This record gives sequence, C-alpha cells and structure tokens, in this order.
Amino acid sequence: MDLLEYQGKQLFAAHGVPVPEGMPADTVEKAVEAAEGIGYPCVIKAQVQIGGRGKAGGIKVAENRAQAEEHANAILGMDIRGPRGEGPFTVKEVWVEGASEIDSEYYASIILDRSAKKLMTMLSTMGGMNVEEIAEKDPDALVKRHVEPHDGFDAKAGEQLATDAGVDEDVRRPTAELLAKLYDAFNESDATLIEINPLVVTKDKDVIALDSKVTIDNNALYRHEDLADLEESFIEDPQERLAKERGLTYVKLEGNIGILGNGAGLCMSTLDVVAQAGGDPANFLDAGGGSKADAIVDALEVITSDEKVVAILFNIFGGITRCDEIAKGIIEASQRIEIKVPLVVRLDGTNSEEGLGLLADADLPNLHVEKTMLGGAEKVVEIAKTEAKA
Amino acid sequence: MSIIVGEDTKLVISGLTGREGTFHGLRNRDYGTDVVAGVTPKKGGQDVEGIPIFDTIAEAVDERGANTSMIFVPARFAASAIDEAIDAGVDTVIAITEGIPVHDMLHTYWKAKDAGVRLIGPNCPGVLSPGKSNVGIIPAQFFDPGRIGVVSKSGTLTYQIGNELKQAGEGNSSIVGIGGDPIVGSDFIDILNLFQEDDDTELIVMVGEIGGDAEERAADFIAENVTKPVVAYIAGFTAPPGKQMGHAGAIISGSSGTAEAKKEALEAKGVRVGKSPTEAAQLAVETIGARA
Repeated sequence: MDLLEYQGKQLFAAHGVPVPEGMPADTVEKAVEAAEGIGYPCVIKAQVQIGGRGKAGGIKVAENRAQAEEHANAILGMDIRGPRGEGPFTVKEVWVEGASEIDSEYYASIILDRSAKKLMTMLSTMGGMNVEEIAEKDPDALVKRHVEPHDGFDAKAGEQLATDAGVDEDVRRPTAELLAKLYDAFNESDATLIEINPLVVTKDKDVIALDSKVTIDNNALYRHEDLADLEESFIEDPQERLAKERGLTYVKLEGNIGILGNGAGLCMSTLDVVAQAGGDPANFLDAGGGSKADAIVDALEVITSDEKVVAILFNIFGGITRCDEIAKGIIEASQRIEIKVPLVVRLDGTNSEEGLGLLADADLPNLHVEKTMLGGAEKVVEIAKTEAKA
Repeated sequence: MSIIVGEDTKLVISGLTGREGTFHGLRNRDYGTDVVAGVTPKKGGQDVEGIPIFDTIAEAVDERGANTSMIFVPARFAASAIDEAIDAGVDTVIAITEGIPVHDMLHTYWKAKDAGVRLIGPNCPGVLSPGKSNVGIIPAQFFDPGRIGVVSKSGTLTYQIGNELKQAGEGNSSIVGIGGDPIVGSDFIDILNLFQEDDDTELIVMVGEIGGDAEERAADFIAENVTKPVVAYIAGFTAPPGKQMGHAGAIISGSSGTAEAKKEALEAKGVRVGKSPTEAAQLAVETIGARA
C-alpha cells in the first residue's frame, strides 16, 4: 500500500523526521484557509499515489490568496497519470505547505532488497531527479549500503553513509540523525520502501524531508490500525471495492474481456494468452485455491459489474479446487444474477468431467466450453470481437 | 533420488489440527509421506486420525524423529512457528502459509541461513517427489515419477504444466514450489543447484512470474553452473506496473521485474522460454526427447 505524500510526512513527523509545516485540504476553501494560516509563499501539492506530479501540473507555488485559490481550484479534481502510464488518479486532496528556502537537494531511501534479503540504504547529493537518472548520470554519486541483519542502522552508520555520499560536513550530523530516525520509522511501520526526494538542506542548514514516498506491507496492516484505516480510502474503482468486500483478489485493467482464473500464476498466464490471441483483458481475478460455488457467484458479479466487459473467460485448472464446484457456481450465478455477456469456460484438472457434465445438463445459453487454455483464449477473443462490433 | 523430500522424510506438521492442516496433512499421509507428528500448543496428547499431537516441534523431533517441518499456521503466527522449527533442529522447513509480513520473514530468513536449515516458501504449494513423498498442497494426481524437475513460483500454473507433461508421457523427479512472496527461503538458484546435482533429473522446467530479479539471477547461474537443459515459462507479460497481481511479490516496481526482461535474460543464456504453459511443456518434451 502506497501512502500519500502527506500521510508519509505525518509518519515521518511521528518518528522525529523533520518535515515542513503543512495541512491537507479536500476543498478549495480549506486549501485557501490552510494557505492563509501557513503564510506565503506556500506550495499546493496534489496528493495522489504516483510520481511525476510536478510535470503533470499538480504542484504549484502560491504567492498570495488569489493564487492559492486559483491553484487549488486547478489541482483538485485533475487526473494525473504516472510516468509509466499508471492511473489515472483523480486528485481528491491537496497538501498545502510552507515553501522552503532550498540550499541543496539530496536523495535518500531505504528499500527492501529482495535479491540480497537485506534492507538497503541509499543516499545521494544529487536530489530532485529520480534514482534511475542519478544512477545513469553518475553511478558514483549514489551510495548504496546494505544493512547487515544483525547490525541495524543508527546515527553512526548514518554518518558514515553521509560521509561516503559526500554530504557537506556542516550538515552531516543532522542528515545522519534523520536517516537513523527514518530507519526506525521503516521498521516500526512495516514499510518496504521509504524514499525522500528531495531531502533538502535549507538556507538555515536544516535538513528536512520535502517529499515522501512510503510503501507499507499489506500483510502487516493487522498490527497498524491507523494505517489499515487508510487502505479503504485508496480503493476508488467500484469493481475493486466490491471485490475487496467479497474477499476476492481483483485488479482492474483496461480491456473488454473479463478473466477469472484460479491461482495468481495461472491467472496472470491467462491474461497473457488472451493478449497473445489478440484480445484485451478487462481484469485479473484470482478466485483462489479451493474455490467454492459462492466465490464464483461473487466473482461473476464483480466482473459483470464492469460495463466494458463484453465476454468472460473462465480458466480453471482444478488442483485443490474442484471443477464440479466451479460448474455449480456458474449455474447458480446464472440463476441469481443476470449475465448478459457470453461465457467461455475451460475446466481441467480435479473433477473436470463431473463439472463439464453439470454444465452440459444445465445447457445455459451463451456458454461455450473449450478444452484447452489456448482454445479458450482464442474463442473468447473471437466472441469479444463480434460483440464489440455489435 | 529426488530433492528436498523423499523416502527419508519424517514430517511434523504445525497446524495439523486446523481445518486446512488436517485436510492436507491426511492427504500427504495417504500419498505415502511419513507424517510422524502434528504440533498445536496446548493440544499435546491428542491425535489426528492416529497422528500424535505435541505441544512443541522440539518434542516431535525428540520423540518421533521428525526431520522436516511443514508450517500450516495462520500468517501472524507463522514466522515464529518457522523459528521454532529451526530451533528444534529439523533439516528442512516447508512453509505453506500465505500472507506473512515481510519484516518477519526477513528475520526468519537469516535465522534459517545461520542455522543451516533449508527453508522452502512461504506462500508456496510445497514439494512433491512423485512416488515417494508429498509435503504440502500439490495435487499428486497430475504428476508421475520421472526425469523432469520443476521449480515454480506458482501453484496452479505448475499443475497445468505437470498435467501436460504427464499427458505427453513424461514424469517428474521433484516439483518444488518456491512461493510468490518478496522474501522466500529458497530461490530458483538454490533449487536449480539441487536439480543439477540430482541423478534422477535430466531436464529442469522453471516457472517464473513478474517481480524481483530471481529469474534474471537464475539465468546467470544457469549459464555458469547448470549443464542440464532448462526450459522456462514466465507469467505476467500483460501486468501493469505498480499493481500487485495476487502474489505479494508479483509486482512490477518502476521498470524492474517485468516478464519481458526475465524472458530476455533467460533467452540470452540459451534457456528456451515457452509463450504459454502448453508451449513450455512441449519444449520440455521436445528437448528431453532429443536427448534420449
């Protein structure tokens, strides 16, 4: 789960990491009020879970009340896409903060290095650009240090990192202390990534976090009630919301072919073969291991509530999941909800003969059975093309 | 031969008394796995269809000679159950549990490493050595004994490929699910190494998915250390960046972890990569047929 910038800053502040004074606002009035309280110049920043806000026009400096109102008006409600096409994310909140007098910009981060199975700290005096750009421009300017599992990371380790990165001597100490506090925040909040870019040195030689990117491990939310409460607020898509309520793993995509598979790997693979066959998947939906009829009814309800969907592919390889349960779910769903789009069903594995038998007996309209995954993909793409033209 | 589990496996199951634990534990025993004990705190002295329950893993090791532990307990208690198994002195821990916090696993990973205990998973379907032993939730009916080793991040995708191999008349030495979490006890490299050393394995099928760089590192390892042919399949070409595709580890972060990059890395080292699970199984059969 990615926190919004200001939520990350609030987390930082709670752990003693210096951040500029600011206020969140979800209306133009509140933003203006916040700006008046903070004073000018101030910065109005779009709060979305994505980078590249500045380039998209989501960060503006206001010199007076009129500008604060103008910028808040422009930014609230705007749609922002990420640098790699993520989103769009609609801006529902802005963060208003006092403008800082910047002397220099650094980059700092702590990440989970999956390959080394260790945490890694990174620091560079070339802040402002993204980490890939720093690494490309001057690899030596980005200092990376693993945290050894039995050692931890304290202000002394921070000082070494700051020295290695070439941080000016007069701000080495505050930088080190900030990094140590950041490390505590990382561990105590079950983060998997914390990035500050830029970490700035002000004209007064204070070191403060001017931005924040924080990712929290969803599996650990049970021990962070305050953060768990935020999770709900991030789900904007109606299908994703419904899926979460029903306990299904669903990701919305942009195409028109609904997909249901069992198991994350098989489901991803199904998206791929549908795309290879020339189709465009509308979603990822993993019905999970041991799926029962009820889960199938829920899944169909979620998929069909997306109006873009013109056809659905069921790709089930029964291991623990029994194909007869899946077939019962499909039959039950057709009785309980109206399924207006054609279904292509591929059932293989445990109890597939029983499952296919049940489907044959039920003789549902608009249902096509295919023997193989590739056959299913081709069939659903063919149907989707016909439906899309109609 | 086979790897990780086999005729010598003496299994203790943490969480055997739970609904899922009972279901899969008994299936494992029915398959022929030597299930010597179950562990549930405060239920010591009871039994599950004749399998004795102990309060601790240490007791199961002392009294029943358990050498392999399977973890089937809920996510929030699972890391400490793995720690307990490591302290109890088993050789191998296979963790099925999904949803363990990654910070917990970071600690537990190093504990296992320091103790020299082989950890498989978490969030994995387990390990099956056909005809010998099944530890976990892999449905054994799709796998015959044979000469192809399979290592995979995904469960159902593996069953799909196993079934296609079976229909083509091929079987497996062992099938190892390494799991789809960001931190897993054993990576592709660890298992590729075991298959390379295993006399019964003639070809290795590797099933990867988006996220991390385990596949890329495996490609380098294969070029340097694996003389047996390797065939691969990678899932997630159509996954958008920043979205977690089911498995906690299956996420493209920035420009890293894409299926395309993994495929290219493997192909650059001479590994044939199937476009679909079916094609991967066909490539495996074709390659091994050409050797016979």
